[in-house]
Amino acid sequence: MKNTFLNKKNLTWLILGVAFFFLIQLLIQVGVITPYYRVTMYWICLFAILGVSLNVIIGVTGQFSLGHAGFMSIGAYSAAVVLRSMPNLTGLFIGMAIGALISLFVSMVVAIPTLRLKGDYLAIATLGVGEIIRIVILNMKITNGASGISNIPYLISWPLMFFFVFVSIMFSANFKNSAIGRACISIKEDEIASEAMGINTTKYKVMAFMFGALIASLAGALYATTYYVIKPETFGINNSINILVIVVFGGMGSLTGSAVAAIVLGIINNVFQPLAEWRMIIYALALIVIMIFRPQGLLGTSEASLKTIFSLDTYKNALKGLIDLVTLKKFRVAAASTGKGKQR
Amino acid sequence: MSLLKVEHLTKNFGGLSAVSNVSISVEEGELVGLIGPNGAGKTTLFNVLTGVYTPTEGKVLLTKDGKTVELNKMPPYKITHQGVARTFQNIRLFKELSVLDNVKIAMNNEARYGILGALFRSVNFYKSEAAIDVKARQFLAKVHLDELADVKAKNLPYGKQRQLEIARAMATGAKLLFLDEPAAGMNPQETHALTDFIAKIRNEMNLTIVLIEHDMSLVMSICERIFVLDYGKLIAQGSAQEVKNNPRVIEAYLGEEE
Repeated sequence: MKNTFLNKKNLTWLILGVAFFFLIQLLIQVGVITPYYRVTMYWICLFAILGVSLNVIIGVTGQFSLGHAGFMSIGAYSAAVVLRSMPNLTGLFIGMAIGALISLFVSMVVAIPTLRLKGDYLAIATLGVGEIIRIVILNMKITNGASGISNIPYLISWPLMFFFVFVSIMFSANFKNSAIGRACISIKEDEIASEAMGINTTKYKVMAFMFGALIASLAGALYATTYYVIKPETFGINNSINILVIVVFGGMGSLTGSAVAAIVLGIINNVFQPLAEWRMIIYALALIVIMIFRPQGLLGTSEASLKTIFSLDTYKNALKGLIDLVTLKKFRVAAASTGKGKQR
Repeated sequence: MSLLKVEHLTKNFGGLSAVSNVSISVEEGELVGLIGPNGAGKTTLFNVLTGVYTPTEGKVLLTKDGKTVELNKMPPYKITHQGVARTFQNIRLFKELSVLDNVKIAMNNEARYGILGALFRSVNFYKSEAAIDVKARQFLAKVHLDELADVKAKNLPYGKQRQLEIARAMATGAKLLFLDEPAAGMNPQETHALTDFIAKIRNEMNLTIVLIEHDMSLVMSICERIFVLDYGKLIAQGSAQEVKNNPRVIEAYLGEEE
């Protein structure tokens, strides 16, 4: 019986994580990952954290939220403000802790009334919350209004980033794979039945929302110290939608899917960098193509497990899917079948 | 003392009185049927009893461990914690989840760890999860669904879905079950199997059951007492024979004689 932490599954994940950490560290030391690529890598890490945390709210609990960037900004500003007077790692951690507390508080206050809403109404309400947070920051002295805070000390490093990516994904996975996660999934599946099974749906919805907001604020703090400058408009609706895109792209309900989506989108962004304005068009096309060919997202609702990671079939299928995608198989099939229809 | 006592219960929707002044009582261990023509207010009555609606007037009293609990002011999940569970007219399983997980969700109250225990995977987490897993599997074996434990609920055949919904309601630890049309959409064989299933679980697990049903063969064969609702009012109660020959019931179903 796997009664403690030290079971095969946990250990394998730990070893995989550590191996991945040292691999990237090695690549940085050797010079394969140049500072230029490191920017992309950090982008991927940040959006993996954000995507996974939003997925806990949207994919696992089924509560649509468009205010995620708002909670990110709380973390970013808290860190930036503290870092002004304490420009070192201790300052960053203190800022993170303060941001986390504010996020938890704000998300709780917001969640209790808004999570009674459903579907579109909830989306609009959370969108409003994100905007309120932005406007408040825009009009506060301590946040320096519209010009934002610049010259934030650059404290990010691969070990620091990796630590937070690992911890936030682990916590999200632990959240999902527990009685709390089961309750949340049951709310997504059928809220009425969930309540009839003795689940306090409000409590679990608020819990998931607060958890997501907490992780988002951590990502925000990391964002501040990675990009030197933060402004209120950095955390507007656009950013919330960017995070949402990652969740949808990777598959709602699949935490690992969000991480994979962040990697794929980060790479697409980077590879097409030289094409300047064409980049956004290609990015948009990639999203459209995914929505046509795989509306459930890259991983659907399933998680990448140890079994799938170590199985050759996974990569074969992925490759096959990619080839089908590039050769537009679905269109060819559709064209062929309509052609037949006409003949008749 | 009766297990469930409903006193002068009324539920109005605007000017419509869906349930009006209904008083019933259910004894422990009974299997009671609730029948009536379409729109008589049967499901509304269930919804009021299980907390989905708050009654306009009246009380719902449950006897639990010798004490009387007032259910009419509780939200649905708290009513479930009092040992009252239900199924739905249109199946409401957690479709994308396995049969096992459906049952585990009903047993969620058994988890002996909080959010921190879950995030940091405390010793309690592993103990509790292992215990729930064992309990859920044993429970599935009891209701003969153990072979389907890992099948997604949506992939079960219709009859099994109905059976799982009843099993899931029982898994909450309920002593009193409300079944809303358990045999709806079933063919005669399936209905027969379901009738046996209900009779069996009731005897084995000491349950009290109230069921809404249109299939009279099921109602007449297993229900010891029957309540008849029409236009929100209780028009008759008694054994199957008594109800069958009650002129008011015949009138409700077939209309008045010219």
